Amino acid sequence: MVDFGGWDMPVQYPAGTIEEHLRTRTHAGLFDVSHMGEIDVRGADAIAFVNRITSNDTTKLVDGQAQYSALTTPEGTVIDDLVVYRLAADHLLLVVNASTTDKDWDWIQSNHSGESLELNNVSADYCQMALQGPDAQSILQILTDVPLSEIKYYHFTRGNVDGVAGIISRTGYTGEDGFEVYAPPDRAEQLWNKILDAGNTGTPTGVLPCGLAARNTLRLEAGMALYGNELDESTTLLEANLGWICKLDKGDFIGREALARQKAEGLKRKLAGFEVVERGIARDHQDVVVEGQRVGTVTSGSPAPFLKKNIGFAYVPVEFASVGQQIQIDVRGKLVGAQVVKAPFYKRVK
Amino acid sequence: MANVPEDLHYSKDHEWVRVDGDQAIIGITDYAQNSLGDVVYVELPKVNDEFAANEAFGSVESVKAVSEVFTPVAGIVSQINESLADEPESVNTDPYGSGWMIRVKMSNRGEVDSLLTAAEYEDFTKAESE
Repeated sequence: MVDFGGWDMPVQYPAGTIEEHLRTRTHAGLFDVSHMGEIDVRGADAIAFVNRITSNDTTKLVDGQAQYSALTTPEGTVIDDLVVYRLAADHLLLVVNASTTDKDWDWIQSNHSGESLELNNVSADYCQMALQGPDAQSILQILTDVPLSEIKYYHFTRGNVDGVAGIISRTGYTGEDGFEVYAPPDRAEQLWNKILDAGNTGTPTGVLPCGLAARNTLRLEAGMALYGNELDESTTLLEANLGWICKLDKGDFIGREALARQKAEGLKRKLAGFEVVERGIARDHQDVVVEGQRVGTVTSGSPAPFLKKNIGFAYVPVEFASVGQQIQIDVRGKLVGAQVVKAPFYKRVK
Repeated sequence: MANVPEDLHYSKDHEWVRVDGDQAIIGITDYAQNSLGDVVYVELPKVNDEFAANEAFGSVESVKAVSEVFTPVAGIVSQINESLADEPESVNTDPYGSGWMIRVKMSNRGEVDSLLTAAEYEDFTKAESE
């Protein structure tokens, strides 16, 4: 167990990180992600307010739809990345990272000025179970009458799972199809056990409980950013390849001007995915070297259990960020060859 | 319960030593491989590299972490387990057999006597995991 933003969380379960990772890619994995924060925004101006403090276009959402977005600073850097759920025209739920929930809550409150709405930090009102993998739908369907095949990617519905009322969302952080179930926290244990049972846990093709380590390798392989690694208050969304969630034409939002200026002037550095081509494993915080010069830093580096490669992300000057660029990683004093490759590293076959 | 063979010597850094004449064969214990998790990479020294007792001679990497490995006895490396390059998982599946790491020509044969016996090591790991 490790301390993770004040939560005691398992790094891995007895099957081990590699098996958890592979099972999620081939069958299903279950993640208790109850540590995630939830902020409730309710009122006539809910959409206008969230649209002003986040980079993606909140007005494009319909009821029952979710959207990946970010809370941005005036400089276009990142307070947090989040998922915005539209429950109703006057009711949004923001799902944020655990380690940043308090900071986000303060930031959101401090930016509330005049809009007609009520803000509540409801993080303690929800547990969250993420069931991920190609078998996720068939397993969860055993426990609910909601026709899951009708829920599209990044959509959700209210419904019961094993008799527990909650939100069933077709979202995730693994690169696989899957669902995230939000429910009252006193039902967490029931849902955890029932989902494992329904998924024949303990059999070679059954669902496996998965820890934080597999959650990290799965998201990295799928090319998804992790707040605190790829994203923070010193990196802009454009540098992080998240231009697709920067809707510069949607109207004003915090950071819009800075992002528009950076887009017009061009980036100086950006996030590049790389694959180690020599023997060695790149790790977080190691230096990137090109022709003897230290030019950047690894934000996430790890073995990729499904691809069976050693991969990572690093911020480098744009001139070294093109696919095919040869770089080196300083792995504890030894320079190990790597090359810039296209991210995501892994894409599931749909 | 971790496997602790009777005929080996142990260090508090969780390495084992098997004495073979003036040579020592060195690896990491079952307890160590179990706490590391799946080993995906093993970095070993070169033959003829010389190490003092308790000096790091290489590293073992799991998906999540890197751990240094130390030689409990001083000496010159006479052989390394090259098969670990392709089969690092041997460290997990057979830590006292095919998962061995290096063979060292000991500078001081008496050094092994200061290491832990199997019973002492077993007590040590019990205390550590409590």
